[in-house]
Parts: sequence; structure tokens; C-alpha cells
Amino acid sequence: MSIDLNACIGCSGCVVACQAENNIPVVGKANVAVNREMHWLRIDRYYKGDIQSPDVVHQPMACAHCENAPCEQVCPVAATVHDSEGLNSMVYNRCIGTRYCANNCPYKVRRFNYFDYQASDPRTPAKPWVGLPDQQQPKEVSTLKKMVHNPEVTVRMRGVMEKCTYCVQRIVDARIRAKNENAQGLRESDLVAEGEVQTACQATCPTQAIVFGDLNDPESAVSKARQNARSYEVLAGNNLGARTTYLGKIRNRET
Amino acid sequence: MELASSLSVNEQRNIDDRLEAYPTELPMSTISTTIVEPSQWELQANHPSERVPLVLGDNDFTTVTDTVTQLALRRTPPMWYVAMAISLSLLSVLLVTITYLLLTGVGVWGNNNTVSWGFPIVNFVFWVGIGHAGTLISAILFLLRQNWRTGINRFAEAMTIFAVVCAGLFPGIHVGRIWFAYWLAPYPNELAMWPQARSPLLWDVFAVSTYATVSLLFWYMGMIPDLATLRDRSTTRFKQLAYGVFALGWNGSNRHWLRFEKAYLLLAALATPLVLSVHSVVSFDFATSQVPGWHTTIFPPYFVAGAVFGGFAMVLVLSIPAREWFGLKDLITHRHIENMAKVMLGTGMIVAYAYSVEFFTAWYSQHHYEQFVFMNRPLGPYWWAFWLMVFCNVIAPQALWSTWVRKRVWVIFAIAVLVNVGMWFERFVIVVTSLHRDYLPSSWAMFSPTWVDLFMLLGSFGLFFTLFLLFCRFLPMVAMAEVKTVMPQAHGDHPPTRFDYQPSPDTPEELRRGHWFT
Repeated sequence: MSIDLNACIGCSGCVVACQAENNIPVVGKANVAVNREMHWLRIDRYYKGDIQSPDVVHQPMACAHCENAPCEQVCPVAATVHDSEGLNSMVYNRCIGTRYCANNCPYKVRRFNYFDYQASDPRTPAKPWVGLPDQQQPKEVSTLKKMVHNPEVTVRMRGVMEKCTYCVQRIVDARIRAKNENAQGLRESDLVAEGEVQTACQATCPTQAIVFGDLNDPESAVSKARQNARSYEVLAGNNLGARTTYLGKIRNRET
Repeated sequence: MELASSLSVNEQRNIDDRLEAYPTELPMSTISTTIVEPSQWELQANHPSERVPLVLGDNDFTTVTDTVTQLALRRTPPMWYVAMAISLSLLSVLLVTITYLLLTGVGVWGNNNTVSWGFPIVNFVFWVGIGHAGTLISAILFLLRQNWRTGINRFAEAMTIFAVVCAGLFPGIHVGRIWFAYWLAPYPNELAMWPQARSPLLWDVFAVSTYATVSLLFWYMGMIPDLATLRDRSTTRFKQLAYGVFALGWNGSNRHWLRFEKAYLLLAALATPLVLSVHSVVSFDFATSQVPGWHTTIFPPYFVAGAVFGGFAMVLVLSIPAREWFGLKDLITHRHIENMAKVMLGTGMIVAYAYSVEFFTAWYSQHHYEQFVFMNRPLGPYWWAFWLMVFCNVIAPQALWSTWVRKRVWVIFAIAVLVNVGMWFERFVIVVTSLHRDYLPSSWAMFSPTWVDLFMLLGSFGLFFTLFLLFCRFLPMVAMAEVKTVMPQAHGDHPPTRFDYQPSPDTPEELRRGHWFT
């Protein structure tokens, strides 16, 4: 993924799209007040210059799926691992919630289900959750929320870490479609072609600041964006090998 | 006087003072027949040329056994019930908060997205640290032939076990899905899933459980001869059975002693590396991460020194009142207290050095984020925690340089309490101030504990003191058999005045049971 900060206007459309796509719980006022919001994607703001009319940079920040991911090394149960396509996958079923990964993430993009947000009303976040926990799923999801949820995406229970998946459900969907169409002779290759997968944030972005694709394909838009002289990696000094890079913002100033 | 004439006036005066202060006829020739009053030795400075006896008062083997066994076998004193009631109420606070946590979720604590570890991990490291002094005293000081350890080692080992119990509790309840915490254990399963061996948390599981196992074994094995003494002195059938089961048929034969001492030596050798490894591994939780303020190579030795520092402080906090209340002043003498205070001072200096070197490293590294963390600690929003830590751990122990202070046990007690407070805050500073402002300012956040955090910390003391009170009530608080080996009577130079090791049984039954051996 590559995000062009020149194009980003900080409208937060991506944040909302991500929340809707990925069944991200609304945690309620009390939990937002203590920094427990669940957004997988957030917009960081940087200011420069005069305090009355500062220059602002908006930077959408989500899991960068680092090649050398600090979160993976510290998980004692291997609940966050790389898959064969280079995604940094979060295995909800395996997660026991030590939260070590969140500590070790330099971007601080991991989000933890401190309560059973999906089962409870966000206005009463600390409602005791009586009854023995189910193995994998929230005990009960409110009927209203059930209608809101994306059926393609797991609903996470309390005590589980989560973070941006690069909309893995859309990637898998495209892969299955490509395989089927190839088997039916409708296309030449069973590989997912450029542009077939769009992440929710990318699809929503009104300025098309977000590009997503195959880094192994030198012709893909994302590979080309990476060749751009403006391309940089956040906290590159930590040797993370982030797969989300940014195109730096350039301003035209009066000289 | 030939020697003395070559000394300066001041030195001569010192020697004169000493000669005046000490009983002239005391050393060597009459040591076993003279009553060594505690007051004669209590307030003297140690001098290398004069070996202060390790057991004071008119004590011989019988009185040592009497003193220690009667504490376990007497009727329960009313004050014990009072203390137990207080401890149990604190323990119930712990149980209630844990139940609430299990039913609700780990959000009952103050942890948030940025500060994902809070009080539970602070408490865990605090209690593991406390649990270090015991094995240091029992294993390392044993191998170094520090005989003064015998007076306090049982005490310190018990404290170790109970502290490790408190420590083991916190990582267990800290995880988000407690019912799956067993996944941390490597066990064959249908998924062929093993724990992830690169994670320091996994190393922790092994380090702490190994330490707990070896400490428990060491403590129990060292207690077997004393348990046999309690068995033989018990008057009720139930007590005889209970102590008898745990005494494992000990009868004090030479063969038993031979094996006992070999096993003790081996376990001491096994436990010695563990003293260093456990807290090193605990420090890896921080040192191997990449959070500025955690990612520091000095952490393992710094943590070990801090653990010994805090552990000795806790031994002092427990033993100073205990020797007073249980009449153990002849066995846990002022010299013991003073020695522990000196260890505390020494390790405290190592800790102070580590604090300052961290600042130097941050400056010298030219690492922007590292430098920020070390400016943020003393000057940021948690400045009070940092300076409280510095006051308790660096400034307060400096008083121990003074003989005047070391002669006053209650001043040492007050310093030890401060050190315990300071060591808790050290872990708070490490965990919270490093996390709350790390790389990206957009994620900076504050941590504030909830009532559950505070009551759980309080409740863990309830667990600790409940276990400790049970120990004080039912088990031999001082290692009788070991203390006897450092008494002059054990060395045969001087025939003891009262010596109950001679087989002079009153009845053939006693001869057969051989109880006098213990």
C-alpha cells in the first residue's frame, strides 16, 4: 500500500469505511476517553509554522504489515504471523491477549478488545459479562448490530487483539473468483490481476490517495508509487520493512 | 603496646574504646560458658579481628530447639488471629477483584491502547524481584560460606516462595482470554501448535516456573530435619502425623545427614544460576522490545541488582518485627540486620549507577526517541513517580553508611519500607513512562489506575501476608539444624555446658525412636 500525502485531505472517509467494512466496534464515550478507541485506521496530524494558520499534514496510519514485524517476534503463542502473501495476519482464534504486540508496535496501530464490545451496549461499557466465555465468539451480539455487520469478517470477542488486515476478506474473495474463472476458462491466469482488489479505505478515498496492489509486480501502481522520489517509510530507522509507504507532502511556497 | 605505639593517636583511642566496650574475658577461652548478653554485642561495630558470635544469649542446642519449636507448637496467640483476619480480608479483596475481572474483561484496569501493560505487569515484576533475596541468601551465601545466613535463610526462602506465588498470579490473570492461558505451555495438541519461542514472555514462563520449583524444593528440603524435630516434639496425634508425613521419615542418622548435605549443596548449586537468570529473563521482556526506554542492554544486571535490593528490603521489613514479636533476637541478631542493611546499601548503589548510566546512554546514543524518554521521565507528567523512585532507592539508602543509623533497627526498618515503595515505583516508571509517550505523538496517552488496579495491588499483599502468617504459625521459622552448626558447641573446642545430643534416653522407647538426634 502507498498513501500519497499530497492527495490526502484528511476527510476521514477511510476511517469510517474501515470501521464499516471490518465490523469494528463502537466503544462508547467512556472508553474513548481512556484511549481505547478501536479504529484500525486513524489520521495523524502534524502541524508546522504559525500557530494561527499552521501548515497541516494528514497522515492515515494503519498497520504497515512490516516485513520484520516487531509484533510477531514477541507474541508467545504465535497469534500474529506472516502469511504466504506477506500479510501480517492476526489469528484471532489463537490470541490470548497478552498485549505485548501492541507495546512493541512502533506505530501503535494495534487495538485490543478490553471489553466484549460487540455484545454490550456502548453506553454501558463496563457491564459485567456474566457466564462462561465462549471459545471463539462473543456470547451474544445485539440484534441491531447483527444487521450492520459485514458477514465476510469475523466478529471479535473480548480479550483479543485486532488491527488492519489490508481487507484480507477482499483479497481472498478476489483470489477465489480468479481461480474459479480460470477453471471455467474465462481468464488466462488464476492470479489476481492489478486493480482487482480494492481495500475499503482505498475504495472510499475521494482523492484516490491510497494505492494498493502486488509489490512483486513491477508494473503495479503500488510498485510504481514506491519508485517515486517522494516515497518514504515511517520510522525507517527501526528496520521494520513497512509495506505501507507514504509519498511525502510537497508544498509550493513563495520564495 | 609495641604495635599500638606505632599507631596514630586517633587509632590508639579507637582501640582503647573497643577494648573498653568489649568484655575483656570474653573471646575464645570462655565463649561457651559465658552468657553472651545481646547488649554486649548488639551495638558494636563489626571488627574483622573479633568474630561476633552468630547466636547470642545463654543458648545451646536445646534452647535453640525450644525457642523455635515452641513458636510452632504452642497454642495460637490471639494476636495471630487478629493479623490473620486482616490478611484474609485483604486476600478476599484480591479474590473479589479477580472475579470481577474474569466476568467483565481486562478493561476493568486502566490499561489502554498506548499503555497496554499497567499495574499487573508492574506488580508482577515487583513481586518477582522480592522473591530474589531468599534464594540469594540460601544458595549463593551458602556456597560462599557466609555462616550468618543460617539465622535468616528459612525466613527469606519462605518469603521468596510467597512472593513468587504473588508474582505468578499476575501474568496469569493479565491476559485477555484467561481461559486460554494454558496455551503458553508447550504441550502436544491436535493442531501441532507450539508456543512461539522467540517471545520473551515464553522465556518468562519457563524462568519463573523453574525458579518457583527449585525454590520450593530447596525450601522444603532444607526444612526436613526441622520438620522431624517438630514431629518429635508434637504432643497431639494429628500434629505428629502432619509433621511426620512431611518429615519423610527423617531420624537424624548419619546416613540421612550425609545425603541431606549433599542434596543441599547440589540444590544450592542449581539454584545459584537461577538467582541471576530469573530477573534477567524478566528484564528481557523489556530489553528485547523496541520501545525507547525498554530497549536497553543494561537491563539484566540492573534488574538483578534491583531485585536483590528490593528482596533484602522485604526480608528486613519482615524480620525486624518478627524477631521482636517472636523473641528471636538471639538467633536473628543485630548483626544479621546490619549485614542485610549493608547488602541493601551495596545493591542500592548498583541500582543508582544503573539509573545514571541509562541517562548517559540516552545522551551518548544520539537516539532521538531514547533521549526524549529520558527527558520525559524526570520532567514529564510522571515526574513525581520518577523522583519518588530516586528518593526511595537512591537517596534514602545512603543513610546506611552511618553507623548511627545501622545501630537503630527501626531506622533500618523505615529505610527498608521506603526501598520497597521505591522498587515498586521503579517498575511503574519503567513500564508506564516508557509506553505512554513513545514514537508517534498521535498515540501519546496517559495512564491512570482504576480502583480495580489499586485493590488488586493491595489484595496481593493480603495473599502474601496470609501465606506468611501460616508459615509463622505452623513451620519452623528459623533453620534450627543449620543454626546449631554455627554455634561454638558444634565445633568441639569447648565442651558445651548443656548438650542434648548425648544419647541419654529416659526410656527404651525413646532410645528406639532416637528423637534426641534431632
